[in-house]
Amino acid sequence: MTTLTVNGQQHDVEADGDTPLLWVLRDHLGLTGTKFGCGIAACGACTVLVDGAATRSCVLPLAACAGKSVTTIEGLADGGELHPVQQAWIEHQVPQCGYCQSGMILATVALLADTPRPSEAEIGARITNICRCGTYPRVLRAIRAVSGVDPTAA
Amino acid sequence: MNTVKQARIDRGRRRFLIASGIVGGGLAVGAWWFYRERDRLGAPPALVAADGERIFNAWIKIGDDGRILVQVPRQEMGQGVSTALPMLVAEELDADFADVHYEQAPIAPVYGNATMLADGVPFRPDDHGWVAELVRHTQFKAGQLLGLQATGGSTSVRDAFEPMRRAGATARAMLVTAAARRLGVAESELEVAASRVTHAPSRRSLSFAELAAEAAALPMPDDVALKPRERFTLLGTPRPRLDVPAKVDGSAHYGIDARPPGLVYAAIAQCPVFGGTVKHYEGGDVAEWPGVRAIVELPATRTSAAAVAVVADHYWQAKKALEAIPIEWHGGAHAAHDTGEQKARYAALLDDDPGRVYDAAGDSAAAFAAAARTLEADYHAPYLAHATMEPMNCTTLIRADGSGEVWVGNQAPTLVRWITAEVAGVDSERVTVHTPYLGGGFGRRGEMDVVMQAALIAERLRDTPIQLVWSREEDMRHDLYRPMASARLRAAIDADGALAGVEIKSVGQSAVTELTRRLLPAMASDLMKDKTMSEGLFDLPYAFANRTVSHVRTHEAVPVGFWRSVGHSMNAFFAEGFVDEIAHTLGQDPFEFRRAALGHAPRHRRVLEVAAERAGWGGPLDGGRGRGIALAESFHAVVAQVAEVRVADEAITVERVVCAIDCGFALNPDIVRAQVESAIIFGLSAALHGEISVRNGRVEQGNFPDYRMVGLASTPRIEVHIVESGLEHLGGVGEPGTPPLAPAVANAVFAACGKRLRELPLRV
Repeated sequence: MTTLTVNGQQHDVEADGDTPLLWVLRDHLGLTGTKFGCGIAACGACTVLVDGAATRSCVLPLAACAGKSVTTIEGLADGGELHPVQQAWIEHQVPQCGYCQSGMILATVALLADTPRPSEAEIGARITNICRCGTYPRVLRAIRAVSGVDPTAA
Repeated sequence: MNTVKQARIDRGRRRFLIASGIVGGGLAVGAWWFYRERDRLGAPPALVAADGERIFNAWIKIGDDGRILVQVPRQEMGQGVSTALPMLVAEELDADFADVHYEQAPIAPVYGNATMLADGVPFRPDDHGWVAELVRHTQFKAGQLLGLQATGGSTSVRDAFEPMRRAGATARAMLVTAAARRLGVAESELEVAASRVTHAPSRRSLSFAELAAEAAALPMPDDVALKPRERFTLLGTPRPRLDVPAKVDGSAHYGIDARPPGLVYAAIAQCPVFGGTVKHYEGGDVAEWPGVRAIVELPATRTSAAAVAVVADHYWQAKKALEAIPIEWHGGAHAAHDTGEQKARYAALLDDDPGRVYDAAGDSAAAFAAAARTLEADYHAPYLAHATMEPMNCTTLIRADGSGEVWVGNQAPTLVRWITAEVAGVDSERVTVHTPYLGGGFGRRGEMDVVMQAALIAERLRDTPIQLVWSREEDMRHDLYRPMASARLRAAIDADGALAGVEIKSVGQSAVTELTRRLLPAMASDLMKDKTMSEGLFDLPYAFANRTVSHVRTHEAVPVGFWRSVGHSMNAFFAEGFVDEIAHTLGQDPFEFRRAALGHAPRHRRVLEVAAERAGWGGPLDGGRGRGIALAESFHAVVAQVAEVRVADEAITVERVVCAIDCGFALNPDIVRAQVESAIIFGLSAALHGEISVRNGRVEQGNFPDYRMVGLASTPRIEVHIVESGLEHLGGVGEPGTPPLAPAVANAVFAACGKRLRELPLRV
């Protein structure tokens, strides 16, 4: 049994220690907002925050999560108030199919937490999530807006 | 076929067979007399009203709470139909769009996509002769009979444009009649706006909510007038998407998120060689592992590959157990298949096989015989995978009595129901299909392989819902790929240095024939021309005299399907690369050469001019940079793009793409822009990186590191300019942005460094 905190709630999970956090969240805890995309940490669809750091949960074993605090997309809003990144995502109409957006949003939250006004190069280096719908121009605009940079600046 | 089997051909499939026969046999002459537009209004029995909901017609329910529930018969895969189609209804209903909600329509013939079939006929889009029009009309009417609910071919808005606006106008008229009776006034004195019917003289008004019960009970009016374009107040505005809030807080549900009570999970290993079979597998003690419920061998079917699946309480248990089972495969006939060899064969076919003529005008043979010089080039494009972000998955429950329930992101719920019912041995009406959001479609989710496999597993574990999830590797190695294709393009130049003739021959597989074979083997035939193989070549918009366009059909081990923009995805690269070559050979500017050849086509010319002008065509660029232009008409939309690239250290960097699109009318300009941005980036991944190769019968790529995607850091600046030419030119927007991208980039590379790239992916 492994004990971890997810979205502020403590859980005792009965699963093999090598079970990736992704499947613990989805299959054991019923938090399906975190998505399976590639299984090898290549696409970022499964990104969650582990102790605040953007982490690709499809390759993080449950055993390594003992005592950690995990934030998923379901736990990002503060009560009824959406996180500013979520609000910017709505404002700039980022999602299309939407499947990769939980990971994209959490990667952005982690980026802005330590780099509140990232340059375009920093955004490119840190937001490496794959979006097959190609929402990148809007992701970029939304990140600029939430970090106080004119989103329409080229 | 024995009688027991015969009895299994249920109503749904029978209708499909009959209607398909009509499509093929031309029996529909006369059928359309029985089908008028208003026949797409009647609510089917499958549409049910919850407490407090009133059904107005097939498309609209209004609740006593004022919620307007629009039935959307197409599937939301990111393209925005769950917003765009409700806008059609809301415009004519004069509803407050805040009251409007989207519901996935049930399965019923009234929701069939007739336009998709009408678009499949092998006539040039500018052919309005009686034969072309009659065949299109017949296909459309046959499509209505067929009632196939499917999303593809960028047809959703075009197919819904008439019936869903009519549905809104009809419901509005009923609300007005109800209000007139309630208020005791003439209908002509009433106005409708923001979900309220108002009688201005007496300053009284009633909400839709107050009128719904009474109005829905009235007879549907026979004929209502639809608003002309200039009276639109909602259509044409950039309304925020209805699906976005759920897609930023994790509450949007996809097929993979289905969690029916008692759900178990299945992992699968499919034969790595196309067409192979399971030779032997050793379950050993894996069946005893914790959580493992079953090890199931799946035979190859007409839609799916042979496989071994493990079912367990949790997906990770199933996946680990599967990996512990040694499986030996029979490669079968295709165990040596090699795409390198296939490419060489295609080149030989271009030499030796005359193919079938798709378009001929004038006398190209004479033009070449008399030519002062000729230009000839071979182009090539590889297989491509769809690689939707949500890997293939399907959740299926087959109950002891044979009835079933399926949760799957899909582009054709009618087929999902039919395939599952066939496996369960029941009438398709006894299978319920839930279509949640799709984590990407791009044509992949119209295929039924994963649906078939999930049904086969569920059939073994009756009364237990199973969720089959493919790994990314299974997804990439068992796709229905964009066909590999080669083309030879020739130009005859006369003594005056003018273009005198063009010959184009392409070679590749037919996605239409192969899909038909997967669904209805008896109907699959090479006799019918498959328009999609030559689209983008036989229907070029340029006024080229003396042209012959032909195609050689092949049959290969690698299965093919529909990939965003289908034949246009490679054919535009071939055609527009070569048009660029002609222009340079004639010493003309590529933009000016195209413009001159579009004198008869004002829509195309305008789009080309807008793209060139906004891109600053002809203006200076820094060293190592170049601009390329390309134009393509597909799915009734015309798109031109100018790419700016930098070539340095044998690497291509696309810095800017300027795009102009004429889709007739942009009913939600922000969604149109998003789709075009999306299509450009989709095209860019393919142009710079996309290649599926096969060696020893096996796909070499398996996951994103070896099937690369453009990321945020390599996304160019994209500018989209919408050019409107009117409702009569309504076109699709999901796909048309993809075709011009690869040739625009290749032409820009030529401008930057003088190297002509004739093969995808582009490598300098």
